[in-house]
Amino acid sequence: MNPEKVVFGFFIVLALTLNFGFFVGEIDNPDHHHAWELFAVIVVNLVATVLKFGDRTQLGAVLLATSLVAILQLVAAALVWTAVVHVGEGGMTPSAMASIVSLAGGAMIANVVSVVLLLIETVMLRR
Amino acid sequence: MDTIVFLVFRRMRAPLLSLILVYAVAMAGLALIPAQDAAGEPATMSLFHAFYFVSYMSTTIGFGELPNTFTDAQRLWVSGCVFATVAVWIYAIGTLIALLQDATFQRAIRERRFRARVRGLCTPFYLVCGYGQTGSALVRGLTDRHLHAVVVDIDPERINLLQLENQREYVPAFCADARSPAHLEAAGLRHPLCQGVVALTNVNETNLKIAIAAKLMHPEVTVICRADSHEVEANMASFGTDHIYDPFDTFALYMATAIQAPCLTLLFDWLSGFGGERLKEPLFPPTRGRWVICGYGRFGKAMYKHLKEQGMEVQVIEALPHKTGIPEEGVVQGRGTEAVTLEQAGIRRAVGLVAGTDHDADNLSIVMTALMLNRGLFVIARENQHHNHQLFARVGAHAIMHPSLIVANRIGIRLVNPLLSDFATLARLEDEPWACELVSRVLGLVGECAPHVWEIVLEPGRAFAVCDAIARGEPPTLEILLRDPQARDERLPVIPLLLARDGARWLLPGPETELEAGDRLLCCGREWASRRMGWTLQNLHALDYVCGRESWREGPVWQLLAPLLRRARDH
Repeated sequence: MNPEKVVFGFFIVLALTLNFGFFVGEIDNPDHHHAWELFAVIVVNLVATVLKFGDRTQLGAVLLATSLVAILQLVAAALVWTAVVHVGEGGMTPSAMASIVSLAGGAMIANVVSVVLLLIETVMLRR
Repeated sequence: MDTIVFLVFRRMRAPLLSLILVYAVAMAGLALIPAQDAAGEPATMSLFHAFYFVSYMSTTIGFGELPNTFTDAQRLWVSGCVFATVAVWIYAIGTLIALLQDATFQRAIRERRFRARVRGLCTPFYLVCGYGQTGSALVRGLTDRHLHAVVVDIDPERINLLQLENQREYVPAFCADARSPAHLEAAGLRHPLCQGVVALTNVNETNLKIAIAAKLMHPEVTVICRADSHEVEANMASFGTDHIYDPFDTFALYMATAIQAPCLTLLFDWLSGFGGERLKEPLFPPTRGRWVICGYGRFGKAMYKHLKEQGMEVQVIEALPHKTGIPEEGVVQGRGTEAVTLEQAGIRRAVGLVAGTDHDADNLSIVMTALMLNRGLFVIARENQHHNHQLFARVGAHAIMHPSLIVANRIGIRLVNPLLSDFATLARLEDEPWACELVSRVLGLVGECAPHVWEIVLEPGRAFAVCDAIARGEPPTLEILLRDPQARDERLPVIPLLLARDGARWLLPGPETELEAGDRLLCCGREWASRRMGWTLQNLHALDYVCGRESWREGPVWQLLAPLLRRARDH
């Protein structure tokens, strides 16, 4: 067992599960989506991205690309949240919440791809 | 390229991860700990404000408490976080800077840059392995003649030296072991424009490896090697190394030629020098008598062999005769630096002295002592280190043998002017009066300065007018080419030395020789004459003029006026 692979897999799967946790619920209901959850998703995704640095294989490059997509979407979601709450006057609205959650949903697709690739790599390794 | 990026990323993993984690913990703490608003009422800090505060706290401590004054609980947390975040920042930045200064990383960057430069070369170039005395002299000779070179040397100091030297052309240099084929490939061994590989390192083994690699990886390329022993020489010749130079043998042969044919030697000296230098004085070594050779090493042996062939009486002085071997005449044991040993070798009856040990101080001392004992000696001194050149120039030796410069000079001629090498080979077959006559012709042509030597190739790109005339079936003769395109009755101060046509070579082609397309012509003369000749070669009007024809009128107006002008001139 390679401890490096354990940590790697842990963070990639955790990124997906946390992302899913933030995503579930009514899309425009602020009560179903918590800021802390988004914070945790971003931190874990950042860690997963850094862990993918420096892999020279083709699969490693694709994994890094999916992570970068997820980070891009999540940062966009965080920016929208900050803009709506702190910059705009009106506070959180259902439509703003919907766009934040849909951005996070996009990030979740990227994370799903990451996990699928990880599984494929594992299966290939078995042979 | 890929290696470098991955190297950076891989090494930056740990600092980046610690940065993310410390930031996340600090932000989470700040957002969880109860805060107060402007009025002092309990409130919570949003994650956005926490991120904002942590970002500037770790980089610029002392920015103040924003957006509101902190509670004591927050201050307690922040005072802990300050140390953690600042330490992590320094760690991350320190790692990055250390990575940039890392020797492996620097090397990788340098290699990448060098590869890119070599790949981008768009002019023919020579790959020179070994930038010692020979290599630097050769590179200087090549760049002074506007030829390009790429240098590989294992010693970083020599590469630095190369970068400090003021070369006329840019010379990409790479510090690497030339024994590795990968390095040779990086230096452009398989580049289509690589003209030749010159192996000049001071290790025979390395030169051998370079020659093998060059012959295997790029068989069409010319390979020139330096070899110090006959064994290695034979080995190199066995797999088709094009030219092998042994400095000691080369110089000994040169001296033997100088004894036999001083005019021929002088001619070659002039032609192989730089145009415009002052002419060298001829050497007249004694042609009979007793020679004393100090040092029976590689140089001493080569001199011994060639002097014996000339029928000289030779006496050898050697400090360690049991190591070097003993010639048939026997040996005087000693270094030759003391008068006693020299006397014993019969220096007072001798006509010539070879100071050929591998120690410069000894050689200088031998020359000085010997000249004190016998003023009339012809002295040949071996100079091992180029930085002693001034001393050797003052000691009164008639000929100075510098192994590195000799090899560099020969290779330089071979690369820059291959026809000159052919000329030398053919001229050796001629007799001495022939050479003396040519020397006086050259002297009459150029006066005090060394002649300029150049090659003319009759191909459309370089001699358009002449090729056009040949294609029309009116091949000009050599005599026409030698007329001055500014005054056709004058002859340019040029001597055609050699004509090369499909493998055949003619020495001193006559003026009536008809030129053919593809001919190569070796000429010597004044430099301005080579430029004038360029006009005749390239310009249709200039060629018509020197052929004695009237230049034709091209424009419609001139064509109308032409008969009038002709009539006016005839009257």
